Amino acid sequence: MKQFVTRRLGYSLLSLLVLSLTIFFFVRVTGDPAALLVEPGASEDDIAAIHHKFGLDKPLWAQYGLFMMSLLRGDFGQSFYYQTPVLDLYFDRLPNSLLLALVAMAFSLAVGIPTGILAAVRVGRFWDSAGKLFALLGLSLPSFFVGLVLILLFSVYLGWLPSSGSGGVLHILMPAFALGWYFAAAHMRLTRSSMLEVLGSEYVKLARLKGLPQSWVIGKHAFKNALIPVVTLAGINLVLMINVAVVVETVFAWPGVGRLLYEGISFRDFPVVQGIVIMGGTMIVVVNLLVDVVYAVIDPRIRLEK
Amino acid sequence: MAATPNRPLLEIDNLSTHYVSAQGTRVVRAVDDVSLRISAGETLGIVGESGSGKSTLALSILRVLPPAAQIVSGQMWFENEDLVRKTDTEMRHVRGKRIAMILQDPMASLNPLFTIGNQVGEPIRVHEGTRRAAAWRRACDLLKAVRIPSPETRVTQFPHEMSGGMRQRIVGAIGIACEPRLLIADEPTTSLDLTIQAQYLSLLRDLQREHGLALIFITHNLGIVAKMCDQLVVMYAGRVVESGPVSRIFNAPAHPYTKALLNSIPRMTDNRNRLTAIEGQPPDLSSLPRGCSFAARCPAAFDRCHKETPPEFNLEGGRTARCWLASVAMQSGAA
Repeated sequence: MKQFVTRRLGYSLLSLLVLSLTIFFFVRVTGDPAALLVEPGASEDDIAAIHHKFGLDKPLWAQYGLFMMSLLRGDFGQSFYYQTPVLDLYFDRLPNSLLLALVAMAFSLAVGIPTGILAAVRVGRFWDSAGKLFALLGLSLPSFFVGLVLILLFSVYLGWLPSSGSGGVLHILMPAFALGWYFAAAHMRLTRSSMLEVLGSEYVKLARLKGLPQSWVIGKHAFKNALIPVVTLAGINLVLMINVAVVVETVFAWPGVGRLLYEGISFRDFPVVQGIVIMGGTMIVVVNLLVDVVYAVIDPRIRLEK
Repeated sequence: MAATPNRPLLEIDNLSTHYVSAQGTRVVRAVDDVSLRISAGETLGIVGESGSGKSTLALSILRVLPPAAQIVSGQMWFENEDLVRKTDTEMRHVRGKRIAMILQDPMASLNPLFTIGNQVGEPIRVHEGTRRAAAWRRACDLLKAVRIPSPETRVTQFPHEMSGGMRQRIVGAIGIACEPRLLIADEPTTSLDLTIQAQYLSLLRDLQREHGLALIFITHNLGIVAKMCDQLVVMYAGRVVESGPVSRIFNAPAHPYTKALLNSIPRMTDNRNRLTAIEGQPPDLSSLPRGCSFAARCPAAFDRCHKETPPEFNLEGGRTARCWLASVAMQSGAA
């Protein structure tokens, strides 16, 4: 088990290094941030002064070196635009993103797992077809569209829910639904297919042959096995939800990390973009690691693998 | 062996189980008009090639069929109760308690996520309402009964920590957990190597003797039938083509298919270089030919075989055969 964790940890650090290189060079391809920070018609000297202030006049490799050095000290640099540390900005917004992702995840699991099991147990019948339709809609409707339809229905026509911002319980319902909608369908489909595979297995047949009640056969023998891939997917999806909510957060003006990234890209605020991407990447890597460990705890076969 | 009571332990009359496709257009007659009986303490062998309906027959007895399959007609009298007419809940109390079954793949029939003790103890907890700890101790005893060394450690382990032979013995332990009257073993030794196979067979025989079990042994290995079974049922294309006491059938098979099966066993003393195989393929069970289903492969077929399906003829010595020739040669009275 120790060896397993160590090896996975090594892979994780390697992926992060590659990610930092990629984002550092790609973000610099988008253009010169100084152009957005100065008045129109500013002199060459003013621009050079800004370049010098942010260290943009040094060679790229030196910039990367400095960036990585401070990163190792836990310093993500200062935002060009806000003139405050990136980490402060990030941690200001993170709780909102986390809250949104958790509510969206709870919604997607509460809908996805039971409907997936129902569809698998009643395969080929009404509930299975209904589930398939739901999955099709969930996977094919983009979240900005779902978001706009929700705003139209619940804010404009019915006037029940606020269309943007944060603060109350009511504010989170629509963005969480718009964000969780796609994931509910994904979780439903995976639960269904994984459940179907397990229901056809010999050990489920043996469980039936033992005379166990249907609830044991499905709830104990089938469910736990079918859940393994769903747990993996949900773990990765939670982190995805925090990091891909850019569109939903922008549509609903939800003050999360996603919207901060959107702003960072618009203003060519390199430290902000780099910081958010690296934090996101770290999260994805850490969760992948955790999922692997949880996996090993649930499934005794993985523990012993060399 | 226990004395045979008047009524057999299990009596199956004209059972048919069909697989129906989703649109209802294709009907596969996996088990077609099958009758057989087995008495307490007896061993009945069911032989036939792959796809002849042996496993479907076994699953029909316990009514654990895939969704597409259903029992369309017939009766199954077990201890004077008709299993076909039982409700699902009543059937659940039969499974694992009065009739148990061993599946053919020991590597796949144990749940990888639960300990051996948990899985062996389950039928005891469900059928006898035993508490977890007591069921655990019983599981320990059962492992001992199937000759697994150091059962106290084994109960705490997971299936992946055991060999195939050991797992199959554990599946056997699950089978006898509630002391059933009838144990159905569906090719339980196919995936084991020969030495382990022999050990397993002698274990099954000992368990049978100790518990007075009736045993239905499904196999395609005639050598095992000769060693283990009292009675034999030969299946072909979903039907029973011949049945009766093993020794009589082996000495004088009445059906050409049985004859061909016995001829296809390789022998050490045989000087021929080639193995004998039965020419041709079994028919498609969703579109059976008119007449006898074996006629197309039968060396002795004549006109009538291609036109009329032979009924099950009762022959002397408690034998039956579905063959027009048997009716001429050995019939003791029309069926």
